[in-house]
Amino acid sequence: MNVILIAVIVLGAVGLIAALVLFFTAKKFAVKEDPRIGLVNEALPGANCGGCGFPGCGGMAAACVKAADAGSLEGLNCPVGGQPCMEKVAAILGMKVEASAPKLAVVRCNGTCENRPRLVQYDGAKTCRIANTTCMGETACAYGCLGCGDCVAACQFDAIKMNPETGLPEVDTAKCTACGACAKACPRNIIEVREMKAAKKMGVVVECMNKDKGAVAMKACKVACIGCMKCQKVCEFDAVHVENNLAYIDPEKCRLCRKCEDECPKLTIHAINMPPRKPKPAAEQPAAQKAATAEAVAPAAPAKPEAEQ
Amino acid sequence: MSAAEPIKVAELPKVAVFPMGQHIGAPAKPIVKKGDKVKVGTMIAEAGGFVSAPIFSSVSGTVLKVDTVVDASGYAKPAVYITVEGDEWEESIDRSSDLVTLKERPELTDKDIVEKIKNAGVVGMGGACFPTHVKLSPPPGSKPEWIIINAVECEPYLTADHRLMLEHADEILVGVTLLMKAMNVNKAYIGIENNKPDAIQLLTSKATQYAQNGNIEIVPLKVKYPQGGEKQLIDAVVGRQVPAPPALPVSVGAILQNVGTAYAVYEAVMKNKPLFERIVTVTGKSLAHPSNFLVRMGTPMSQLIDACGGLPEDTGKLIGGGPMMGKALVNTEVPICKGSSGVLIMNEQESKRAEAQPCIRCAKCVNACPMGLEPYLLSKLSAMQEWERAEAEDIVSCIECGSCQFTCPSHRPLLDYVRMGKSTVMGIIRARQAKN
Repeated sequence: MNVILIAVIVLGAVGLIAALVLFFTAKKFAVKEDPRIGLVNEALPGANCGGCGFPGCGGMAAACVKAADAGSLEGLNCPVGGQPCMEKVAAILGMKVEASAPKLAVVRCNGTCENRPRLVQYDGAKTCRIANTTCMGETACAYGCLGCGDCVAACQFDAIKMNPETGLPEVDTAKCTACGACAKACPRNIIEVREMKAAKKMGVVVECMNKDKGAVAMKACKVACIGCMKCQKVCEFDAVHVENNLAYIDPEKCRLCRKCEDECPKLTIHAINMPPRKPKPAAEQPAAQKAATAEAVAPAAPAKPEAEQ
Repeated sequence: MSAAEPIKVAELPKVAVFPMGQHIGAPAKPIVKKGDKVKVGTMIAEAGGFVSAPIFSSVSGTVLKVDTVVDASGYAKPAVYITVEGDEWEESIDRSSDLVTLKERPELTDKDIVEKIKNAGVVGMGGACFPTHVKLSPPPGSKPEWIIINAVECEPYLTADHRLMLEHADEILVGVTLLMKAMNVNKAYIGIENNKPDAIQLLTSKATQYAQNGNIEIVPLKVKYPQGGEKQLIDAVVGRQVPAPPALPVSVGAILQNVGTAYAVYEAVMKNKPLFERIVTVTGKSLAHPSNFLVRMGTPMSQLIDACGGLPEDTGKLIGGGPMMGKALVNTEVPICKGSSGVLIMNEQESKRAEAQPCIRCAKCVNACPMGLEPYLLSKLSAMQEWERAEAEDIVSCIECGSCQFTCPSHRPLLDYVRMGKSTVMGIIRARQAKN
């Protein structure tokens, strides 16, 4: 009986002393964290994808609080949570956020098996990073998709998948959070995280990265951009520019008129999340427009942008 | 397979193509333009920096265009195209086959030799194509003690060096004396594998003619892969181990040169002949007549393959270089460059890679690695993009010999990943050095 009593007393005393030591050290060396960081962290989606540019949601929360203390949440955006999430964060911090344009990952290559003949077979390790170092790929295009699916492996949201028929990755626009992981994984920078228009995430994109001269590009791929400048000429908003034999549409300037899409002789330009052009009117429309502009070239030109707005 | 085939002179191509990046370092800058007339031995591109080498025309004719060509890297690179018209050589080149030894040219100083090598565009002929004059300009503070000649024939299948030794032993030995003079060293070793007894015998018997007090020594070596690796050879010949990069072989006192380079040095210094032709082995199990050719640079590989009886029907892969380190080529029009030691045609069965299975932790790759690395770990770290750990595990020491991948019972693409990791880590290290 005595032995048990001694054991209880000794252990109890040790426990009590340890508890007191822990209590006082916890008080003395407590790390003071802004309580708002915890709150903001809870409001964030917790995907830890890094799409915001910070190391995980915790980093983003800390950055938000710091930015709020500095006076503005500008430039901070959670691509996963989007606008509603940022509004919640702003409410916690007593700030306001301005609406930011929705973004989407866009695959800028349309070299499907049909469009781009396979010349050789790659049988090395199945990752684009390595395939990119060995040769220009299975086709004659040194800029196009290698098709090993590094982007698919990088996506945490199941939003990008390889289409076995085309051999190209396809982005599920509903699931894509524009975190940019796929764009980082792509060794050829084919994937662009691009600003889109309206809630439907609409946009017009040059689906090609080929910077070769027209004749070379044409041989490699049926739908390669050949740098013919037609799109640049037809654009009324100065949104399309051809550089190094490759057209690029500035998403900020583009007004979705889709004229470049109609004009492109190689069918390289595609609209995303927009209804498909009906083939017949599309064939007639440019002809009709050409006739119209031919009649009144100079006077109509400056007036037109306003009319379309 | 082609070791008994004497060197044949390959026919001149119709159009010769010269890629500008034929060596390690900065690509050469073309100095000719469309319509220019060139002769054999005319410089068509100047060195793009110190670690670079000029490129010379191997044919006479007219410059067709300065464009791009898909070279052995698999990418289109800048290149000069020359339409061949006749075979007119620059007058400065001594075309006679008379042997010129150092005794007949006592006026040559060490600096002259290095300068001549530099101006002749000589690069390492083993395959890596490191500009030779850079190797012969060791960093201050290091003292070379020996020249080691790599006559090991780096990879199975290739016989270009073997044939060269049998047919041009004298020139090679004079080349060795030139290299010794250029570096002011008094001892040279020529490392030859035991499977070439004829070459060992020939060189041993002739070495005494050129050596003073036996200072050129032929070292027979065990037959193994990768015996021809720079660091392996130094270890085998003089028993010294080169520390991990960035240390160079010269830090243990050795300067390594390929036997083909020794020959090129002889031609450059004694015959004023820039580097524009080389010995190329064209071989393969299904090929009708595997051969060794003396080829002018810029000749498309298809022409050599045709001369060997044409591309076999069951061709699976076309490889530039040897089976272990060589690179699969994307087409047969790839031109022969300074580093093209061989063209290997693998049939379908040989070339097929088995599907990769999970690692079974057998550690065969660890045993096989000549550098004492852990390939299974390095490949995993590369795949996970753990660059810092890969660097800590000495990924940059990898010599890319491919032994790990060859030995792996699970057919894992170990070298693919390690090579990618190595280049990435080297890039990170360079960026860090540039910052500091």
